[in-house]
Amino acid sequence: MNKLELQKMAVEVRKNLLIGLHAAKAGHPGGSLSAADIFTYLYFEEMNVDPKNPKWEDRDRFVLSKGHTAPGLYATLALKGFFPVEEMTTLRKLGSRLQGHPCVQYTPGIDMSSGSLGQGISAAVGMALSAKMDGKEYRTYTLLGDGEIQEGQVWEAAMMAGHRKLDNLCVIVDNNNLQIDGAIDTVCSPYPIDKKFEAFNFHVINIDGNDFDQIDAAFKEAKATKGMPTAIICKTIKGKGVSFMENQAGWHGMAPNDEQFAQAMEELEKAGEALCQM
Amino acid sequence: MSDVKKIATRESYGSELTAIGRDYPNVVVLDADLTKSTKTCVFQKEFPERHINCGIAEANMASIAAGLATTGKIPFMSSFAMFAAGRCFEQIRNSIGYPHLNVKIGATHAGVTVGEDGASHQCIEDIALMRAIPGMIVMNPSDDVEARACLRAAVEHEGPVYMRFGRSAVPVINDYPEYKFEIGKGTVVKEGKDVTIVATGVCVDSANKAAEKLAAEGIDAEVINICTIKPLDGELIAASARKTGKVVTVEEHSVIGGLGSAVCDALAELAPTPVKKIGVQDVFGQSGTADQLMAFYGLDAEGVYKTTKEFLGK
Repeated sequence: MNKLELQKMAVEVRKNLLIGLHAAKAGHPGGSLSAADIFTYLYFEEMNVDPKNPKWEDRDRFVLSKGHTAPGLYATLALKGFFPVEEMTTLRKLGSRLQGHPCVQYTPGIDMSSGSLGQGISAAVGMALSAKMDGKEYRTYTLLGDGEIQEGQVWEAAMMAGHRKLDNLCVIVDNNNLQIDGAIDTVCSPYPIDKKFEAFNFHVINIDGNDFDQIDAAFKEAKATKGMPTAIICKTIKGKGVSFMENQAGWHGMAPNDEQFAQAMEELEKAGEALCQM
Repeated sequence: MSDVKKIATRESYGSELTAIGRDYPNVVVLDADLTKSTKTCVFQKEFPERHINCGIAEANMASIAAGLATTGKIPFMSSFAMFAAGRCFEQIRNSIGYPHLNVKIGATHAGVTVGEDGASHQCIEDIALMRAIPGMIVMNPSDDVEARACLRAAVEHEGPVYMRFGRSAVPVINDYPEYKFEIGKGTVVKEGKDVTIVATGVCVDSANKAAEKLAAEGIDAEVINICTIKPLDGELIAASARKTGKVVTVEEHSVIGGLGSAVCDALAELAPTPVKKIGVQDVFGQSGTADQLMAFYGLDAEGVYKTTKEFLGK
């Protein structure tokens, strides 16, 4: 996809994740919206996947280590064709295959269950190790929250990835600067994030994670990097695309009411229309 | 009795795992800087490219094992029971149990027979923790023969399995021709009519010897070896309980949540029967030799003999 097409698709991802969250009356919009451009780029440009054959053994893998932003991933997978977009309204409902956090057994396109923070990156390391053992070409991607990297297990996994020179692994950090209790640097600062990954023998790229030109360049650089894993540190805006949710910690884990939902959808419709006139 | 062959089940783990490695090319082994203690060094020597030393980072090891399993590998993650089941409970629950991934957990140095290292390393809660995870198979072999059988069954089973091995050498008791192993099946080691002694792991040997002492005094005990604690062979235990009317459980584990609790759960539904639970009585362990500790906590033959006699009012 070209940049404009990606931008339009990202608007659709944002609309559909909000449709899910509104129907569920619960969930995590802030981090889903901040990562919507990353989800879009991964599934519509970067990753080698087949919606008709979700378990294809040579596919690229993605582990959503920050599992609470499942609505963003579900919306992307649905738009990619892994399951009907209409299913978004079943999010978090009894019997739905769209559980509150990703479950590998229920949802086509999900490569690993996650939700308990810090564990997804380790699973991604396991997938990358397996590819190395078997001489397979597939790449493994994992998306972490910037609050999530307070978990010690993240650094155990990073140490292992650096030690094993897993250049088939790409770690993405959604650095929206907010966690449940406030700004990450007031709760317990993980900064400098880039220097930490460098110290664990990663190739590190800092970008604006809501800018497709920068996202595109970073993933190309990651793929070209040999002999070490890559970490892409993405500065993003929590709640990106919905004016009243942007940079508000309160929208970490709260669904919009009917009025807020209508306003959010209107803003996104307008954003989509503006892109269509470009 | 001094000529009885004794082998630590952790030795069985390292040795049989290597044999399994030859038969199953997709088996990989993970360890966390304890390869010489867990004996995965034996596997590592033969299959260095399929052995992953994760360093002292057990939580990471558990989730890496999960990731490997999603790609079709059969990972055996190895550490002391304390760090495998204890430290990694949540990783095992969420990364392995919830997605029902094909990860095998080889937990060595379980129970008080860890010995001199003391309470910090004597895991007596692992069966309780692992038993609570949906879909988890929990096995506690009694000797070398059973440990090897357990491992063979585990690799053929699709789904997570927790296996508990010991540090200290224990007598080989299952090297008889009729011995056969099946996940979820208990074995009546000795038939009897006065009391049922249900034992697991190293305590099966204690139960056998206690039954001999009881027999000398005219008490006819039935001894059941339960290797698979989950799923438990409840029908076998209930049938025995209906016959004898009294049940004693013996385990090198806390009396809370382990074999004793599992037996009580089963009997409460199938055949309510008075039960006496022999195990570590809700206290932490301590330093000492394995034999001293087995005696101190009443888990040796003498302890099982005495407690059973008291329970029978004799």
